[in-house]
Amino acid sequence: MLLIFEQILNGVQYGVMLFLLAAGLTLIFGIMQVINLAHGSLYMVGAYAGTWFAQETGSFWLGLPAGLLAAALTGVLIEVIVVRRLYDRDHLEQVLATFALILIFNQLVIMIFGRQPFFVAMPEGLQESIQLLPGLQYPPYRLLIIAAGLGVAVGLYFLITKTRIGMLVRAGATDREMVRALGVNVRLLYTVIFGFGALLAGLAGYLAGPIFAVQVGMGEQILLTTFVVVVIGGVGSIRGAFVAGLILGVLDTCLRAFLPGILRLVMAGPDADALGAGIAAMGIYLLMAIVLLIRPQGLFPAAH
Amino acid sequence: MDRSNALKTLAAVIGLLALVAVPIIADAAGSTAWISMATRILIYGMAAASLNFALGYGGLVSFGHAAFFGLGGYVVGILYQTYADETLLFGFIPGTNQLLVTLPATILVTGIAAAAIGALSLRTGGVQFIMITLAFAQMLFFFFSGLSAYGGEDGLIIRRTNELFGLNMRDRATLYWVTLAITALFFVIYRRLTMSSFGTIVSGLRQNERRMAALGIEAYRYRLIAFILSGIGTGIAGAMLANVMRFTSPDLLAWHTSGQLMIMVILGGVGTVTGPFLGAAVLLILEDVLNAWTENWPLILGLVLLVVVLQARGGLMAIVNLVRGNRS
Repeated sequence: MLLIFEQILNGVQYGVMLFLLAAGLTLIFGIMQVINLAHGSLYMVGAYAGTWFAQETGSFWLGLPAGLLAAALTGVLIEVIVVRRLYDRDHLEQVLATFALILIFNQLVIMIFGRQPFFVAMPEGLQESIQLLPGLQYPPYRLLIIAAGLGVAVGLYFLITKTRIGMLVRAGATDREMVRALGVNVRLLYTVIFGFGALLAGLAGYLAGPIFAVQVGMGEQILLTTFVVVVIGGVGSIRGAFVAGLILGVLDTCLRAFLPGILRLVMAGPDADALGAGIAAMGIYLLMAIVLLIRPQGLFPAAH
Repeated sequence: MDRSNALKTLAAVIGLLALVAVPIIADAAGSTAWISMATRILIYGMAAASLNFALGYGGLVSFGHAAFFGLGGYVVGILYQTYADETLLFGFIPGTNQLLVTLPATILVTGIAAAAIGALSLRTGGVQFIMITLAFAQMLFFFFSGLSAYGGEDGLIIRRTNELFGLNMRDRATLYWVTLAITALFFVIYRRLTMSSFGTIVSGLRQNERRMAALGIEAYRYRLIAFILSGIGTGIAGAMLANVMRFTSPDLLAWHTSGQLMIMVILGGVGTVTGPFLGAAVLLILEDVLNAWTENWPLILGLVLLVVVLQARGGLMAIVNLVRGNRS
């Protein structure tokens, strides 16, 4: 029972991380109608830049702003140079141009940092597990990620529903031309949104460092899952991204943790492990297929 | 009119002769690696052309065609392993190493897979269609990665290429000519298909679905058939690739492969007949040349791709047509 509880907590932690990535992606998707495969590269940039700076300065907490800044700047840069030209193109061209960006970013990172993955230590003071329940030890760093994700979710909610920027974002998603006609600098708005999405991706990337290895290709692994979150949640819906992120995080973590064990009851150990891992990895895609077939627009279709 | 047709036929004959002569030229030049490269170009060309039928003509942006490519490879691989082990697949299907059996089996398996995936995916559209096709391909990718009886993540080695009419399939040139014959047959069917009334309807659906509906055409059915044909073509290419590489692995099913096929299509020219073959040739040769030149070749490939997508609309075929148009 405690084991299940622990895995659910791990799932929630993974889920909020997916949310951090999906929030930016779904905003970009919903407002600019751009499929940005390079979002995973921004996650990687945040992780590498932050980790590098943390190692240079010896402080985990100094790495955080460095990672966020690097990701946001990279985001603004690729919006201005590449993505801006893709707004009026069809999905195929967007997919290919941002696919090219992935190739470029991966190779640049290899050239600068090499192929060896970085392993990052937990920040000082958060290394010892704490006792959540009698018999349940849990690393506080993972709780910190959950807190950060929930904090961003609440912050985004207020930003989108209560502020002027949020109003422009919502208006831009509904009717781009009308917003432009009212004298809003839509081009600047898009750059800001893209940079903000990149910042959230960088945050997720840096926080992921101590849990997963910081390595080339880390972005693609999580990118596809993030797209699944965005599509299940409903393209353009932050609320959908949050709900779908948590569902997928818990589902994926629990399947990976428990499915091989269940299969081992009916088949040989190594085969059960391999097949269990395979089917567990299929789980989220299966869920997406089912959701799309029942609700083609996702769980929370953005109002248009 | 007659003269231009005669010219076209002449060009086609010369082109075919040149393709037939590739192994002889390569042998004379002492670079047998060219033969393997040419074989791979033909195979990837078939896969890209098949994708182009769905993507370029039908407007169905499938990000999951690697599924059919990989399935084709696994049909050959699994049938060969069953044959080598002298067991029965699922308890009743005997294995085989005959190309004349494995190719129809590929058509059957990828046809059924494409029918299932297409029937479900075509209920959505736009971004959702891209993502759901990707999802199905990923499911198959993880399924085969976990299938340890057939190599799992490491892939499946096929010790010997499938046999055909007692030909020496170990000889690279023979294998090339067999691939060329299959590609030629494929090309004739594919070209007829794009020009047929069926192909026109599929194109029409991309351009204006409502008008087609007004003409009494049921979009879903036509799109599904186009998707199935596209999947089968890609599957045949995958089966041939497994034969040539004597290896198949989950990598063939990975989303990078889907991306690669899309790159070939857009590089050559979306919705053109010969473009995908041209795109396959350019991409594979470019990868090869860059790879020999610098270990940072993906960076350059990415930049080239970016420029092509952003600047050159219509791909290489647009350039070819421009040159041709200027001459006449």
